[in-house]
Amino acid sequence: MRLLDLLRFSLLALRRQRFRSAMLLTAVGLGVGAVVVLTALGEGARGYVLGEFAYLGKDTVIMMPGRKETTGGMPPITGVAAHAITLEEMEVLQRAVPGVTALAPMVMGNGPVSYKSRERDSMVIGTTAAFFPLRQLQIAQGRNLPELALGEGKQVAVIGQKLKEALFDSGRAIGQWVRLRDYRFRVVGVLAGSGDSFGADLSEAIFIPVASAQAVFNVHGLFRVTLKVKENYQVEAVKSAIAKQMQLLHNGELDVTIISPDAMLSTFDSILQVMTLGVAGIGAISLVVSGILVMNVTLMSVKQRTAEIGLLKALGAPSSQVRTLFLTEAALIAAAGAVLGMLLGHLLVFTGTQIYPDVPFATPAWALWASLALAIGTALVFAWLPAQQAADMEPVNALGKK
Amino acid sequence: MIEVSGVNKTFILGDSTVHALADINLRIEQGEYISVMGPSGSGKSTLLNMLGLLDRPDNGRYSLNGVDTQTLDENERARLRREQIGFVFQAYHLIARLTARENVEMPLMLAGVPARERHEAVAGILDRLGIAKRADHLPNQLSGGERQRVAIGRSIVMKPALLLADEPTGNLDSRSGAEVTEILENLNRDGITLLIVTHDNSMGERASRRIRMVDGAVAADQRFERVV
Repeated sequence: MRLLDLLRFSLLALRRQRFRSAMLLTAVGLGVGAVVVLTALGEGARGYVLGEFAYLGKDTVIMMPGRKETTGGMPPITGVAAHAITLEEMEVLQRAVPGVTALAPMVMGNGPVSYKSRERDSMVIGTTAAFFPLRQLQIAQGRNLPELALGEGKQVAVIGQKLKEALFDSGRAIGQWVRLRDYRFRVVGVLAGSGDSFGADLSEAIFIPVASAQAVFNVHGLFRVTLKVKENYQVEAVKSAIAKQMQLLHNGELDVTIISPDAMLSTFDSILQVMTLGVAGIGAISLVVSGILVMNVTLMSVKQRTAEIGLLKALGAPSSQVRTLFLTEAALIAAAGAVLGMLLGHLLVFTGTQIYPDVPFATPAWALWASLALAIGTALVFAWLPAQQAADMEPVNALGKK
Repeated sequence: MIEVSGVNKTFILGDSTVHALADINLRIEQGEYISVMGPSGSGKSTLLNMLGLLDRPDNGRYSLNGVDTQTLDENERARLRREQIGFVFQAYHLIARLTARENVEMPLMLAGVPARERHEAVAGILDRLGIAKRADHLPNQLSGGERQRVAIGRSIVMKPALLLADEPTGNLDSRSGAEVTEILENLNRDGITLLIVTHDNSMGERASRRIRMVDGAVAADQRFERVV
């Protein structure tokens, strides 16, 4: 039998059983739709998290005080370390470790920032000029923090967009003095964009030189340090060089944690990928369940068309051909259901992207192909038994039934 | 053409054994016109099904055009049915969702003949059977006589050597029945071997060879000059 004839014959048969076909179409469609939507959610979550990490380049390393041991025992309470990381140590690091090209120490705190009668409780970040390019933050107005020696304070500040609006409205901020606790800082720059990263809204922050922040909050240690690795240097090698140097500075004790976002990123990536696979699996279950329906409907169809099967055999159709006819019907309806499910799923995903534009919902291509293949595969597997039953019928018995 | 020797077929109904075919010996030459008559349950239909390779005898030998059929597997039997045997049933057995033309085309379609060749082959047959105008109608839009003519068209589209008809006029009024009979006899005149199973004496007596069956056995096998 020619393929075209086979398809036409099957389509006609499916049209005769409209209700059953519609039922199957819905079941398979829902299954495929579930895979499409769930994998889009998984991928969206993955894309969102990876995007949050993206501001840290591949060539950056983050160091923080304290060490998280994973070998057991009580974990140290965060922030409590035998030795703080100091600015002096950073100066040593810059000189002693050849792979480090830029270094942005960070001191963090909260404080009331005021201009005239307006006051705003803000996140205060003490850092250096290197911070902004490292975090891929742009200065919209004015200049970056000046290049200073690490220990040198200066009463200048860069402020975020929202803080600027809160204090100055649409007025000019550059050159104005704002007050932070007992200190005054002259605004030299305003940050561009929302600067949203990891839930911390940098657009509401004020950035001042690191030494000044140490003075404001009266702290000695650094909250964390972001380091940029020079080109042509291995991130891992530089990481261990830094660790060695810090151990030397801390009397042989390795009490700092050094992470590379790249390694973290790939960990997150694989975790989220597994999550996507997991939810795809849940969708796949509903597809397999629809296979049971395929089996039932095919069984009904075979029982109802017994006389037709007998006729086909009398006309000389071999068993394999009879089986092919029923399998084709099942595969066709599964393929049609899959297309329907994809349309439905994409519609839902599209609606999702309209409602949450920040989350990059997108069904991965592999999920589309896999769900199509699974739908058709399931239909074939489950239709096989009833189709084989049809193929095995004795022509004389089949013809006799009406 | 057909050689049947020592063929038996038994069914078990409840606790009794029914001999549907009891030691049948038959020889049929190409182009014969045979009627098989007998009371209900005498084994007429079983004989037809056996000759049509729809049913297997319990034992004995059946050779069709020199091929011993008892050793063939189901696929080879299907091929023989397709190429050498045409069936006409009392209940027509048309596929309801296909038009008259498509029903006639069905054997060609199953055999994988391309659509264009099919159309050519079928057009002549529809014309000859007088249903060309009804070709695009579905079976439920056709009269009984027209349906049976479609079924006959389907049975001869593969140009078989043997045409088996099981009560072909059983569901028809006398006029349509006469028309269908005439079509079948014309086919026989063109050389096809025609075997008709019937209850109807007036139909059975038109055949040049009349087989009478009783209790699964051939009770009489007579040859007559062609009436017509």
